[in-house]
Amino acid sequence: MIEELDRKIDEMEATLAGMQSAQPEEKILRFQLKRDRDELLAACRELTPADKVYLARHIRRPRIDDYTKALFTEFFEQKGDRLGKEDPSIFGGIALFEGTPVTIIGHRKGHDLNENIKLQFGMPGPEGYRKALRLMKQAEKFHRPVILFIDTPGAYPGLEAEEFGQSQAIAENLAAMSMLQVPVLAIITGEGNSGGALAIGVANRVCMLENAVYSILSPEGFASILWHDASKSKEACNIMKLTAQDLKPLGVIDEILPEPPGGAHRNPQAVYETIRGCVREFLKSTKNKSGKEMARARAKKIRRMDAAWIRIDKAAGEDK
Amino acid sequence: MSSDILEKRKTKFTRMRMLRDRDAAQGKPKVTGQEADPRIAHLEDLFVICPECGESFLKEEVRKNYYTCPHCKHLYTMPVEKRLRSIADDGSIRVFASNLEAVNPLHFPGYEEKIAQQREKSGQAEAIYSAVCKIDGRDVAVVIMNSKFLMGSMGILVGEYVTRACEYAGMHKIPLVIFTASGGARMQEGMLSLMQMAKTSAAIEKFKRAGGLYIVVYTHPTTGGVSASFAGLGDITLAEPGALVGFAGPRVIEQTIGEKLPEGFQKAEYLEEHGFVDQVVERERLREVLSRILKLHA
Repeated sequence: MIEELDRKIDEMEATLAGMQSAQPEEKILRFQLKRDRDELLAACRELTPADKVYLARHIRRPRIDDYTKALFTEFFEQKGDRLGKEDPSIFGGIALFEGTPVTIIGHRKGHDLNENIKLQFGMPGPEGYRKALRLMKQAEKFHRPVILFIDTPGAYPGLEAEEFGQSQAIAENLAAMSMLQVPVLAIITGEGNSGGALAIGVANRVCMLENAVYSILSPEGFASILWHDASKSKEACNIMKLTAQDLKPLGVIDEILPEPPGGAHRNPQAVYETIRGCVREFLKSTKNKSGKEMARARAKKIRRMDAAWIRIDKAAGEDK
Repeated sequence: MSSDILEKRKTKFTRMRMLRDRDAAQGKPKVTGQEADPRIAHLEDLFVICPECGESFLKEEVRKNYYTCPHCKHLYTMPVEKRLRSIADDGSIRVFASNLEAVNPLHFPGYEEKIAQQREKSGQAEAIYSAVCKIDGRDVAVVIMNSKFLMGSMGILVGEYVTRACEYAGMHKIPLVIFTASGGARMQEGMLSLMQMAKTSAAIEKFKRAGGLYIVVYTHPTTGGVSASFAGLGDITLAEPGALVGFAGPRVIEQTIGEKLPEGFQKAEYLEEHGFVDQVVERERLREVLSRILKLHA
């Protein structure tokens, strides 16, 4: 539903842009465009999870480099895992946020197909995760808060990635991040799939854009594991609980960041302002906390997240 | 049973299985239930055919041999209690954290029934089992995963067992041994399953930083969210021969790269060669090896 409308509007806009303003069709087209936009806005009030998956994966959705340009100054990119490799699908570096030095790390997706091929569609290998860990450790050393941007279809499932220890790299990140003695903020901006997303997602505060999705794996993968049929991904979306609205009550995320009508790509500026507010508030609230406090709070949060769903069967007794 | 009769029965069993396989290959309908040949049904209780080398053996013989094929060393899945008994001192086992229950957090359709079914089938409460025992007189906390229970997938309870075992081992200052086996995170618990990766890794890290010794034994198969969390963090990492260990499964990788994977890819021996495993250890040597490692850390 949303997909059709969204594409139709894109096409109309493209045609309009190519037209000379005096052409008689222009008026009609403008009228249709306005009508379809209104329809899109109305439809956006009731998005299905599958619609959100579509919006979260939209090729024109703002990427980490856009956020970096819009929100930070004096950005200095850092590359390489110092073990012989560089992975462009993880983007990271140091920058100032309203005067405060922070470390930025996130998945990097491209703005078009060519760029995406170079970036492996934002699917990191172990070298990417090791680079992320290196940057986080450095942030800890220099007491810089870490801001994470999550947007990935998952960790790259390739031969080389396995050979160089994809599991190991992710596991080590999870372990180290649980103890990191600086404030860590994670923002899920697009799709956050599987361990590949979580590997840079253990944070004190986890925020999620309204139409982003965060899930155990892609709906296609989920459908193929559970029903051996990847084409049933729409059904999968409906039961996976992958939207921000589903995840907040579960305690997996802390805050939902509103998006402009029609999705983030329809008005990126508004999204930048929302995220700016979110980062500002986080830095302010953690300013006077020690590193140890941040680490302890994070560890406690992870430990207690699912406590509500574990029952102790008193009848079975204690067995210590 | 005298060995003479035994040999005869074994030959008979092998022949009947061959005939049946031939029938199946020719597309004849498979005979089951009441109509099945009672003679072969009886023998099937007694014998097992190795899926690797095709030789048949008495089940008892395979069991006594640490669930390993006496001919080609193919490893059968070892029931969790049997595995624990194979490494623990006699009479030293105390089961641990057996009083936990999980609910269906996402209200996933049919999940409770599925769990009940799996419990019935396997006789186990979850895809994981934890205990405290002694190995050559030294106390140790042991966690064993069961790949036969919903693929050994990690849900909230599996994560909680691992976390509690870490906390227990940390509190009592004893080493922790985990036998891993898992297809990954549990689909039916969604993001809360994924969060177990963070929870278990955090617990292991805390335990290790406090000076605890953590030993991982990879068993077949260890993949997905388990391989990329607590299973990847051992101070000492051992593996059973032939165990498949990796983040993505071979099928997914083949689909991604569009070519066949090399022989032995992601197997224990391959991991040993590529630097991810200290040693590949056969089942019959495992107790001895664990005992030595514990002694070296005493």
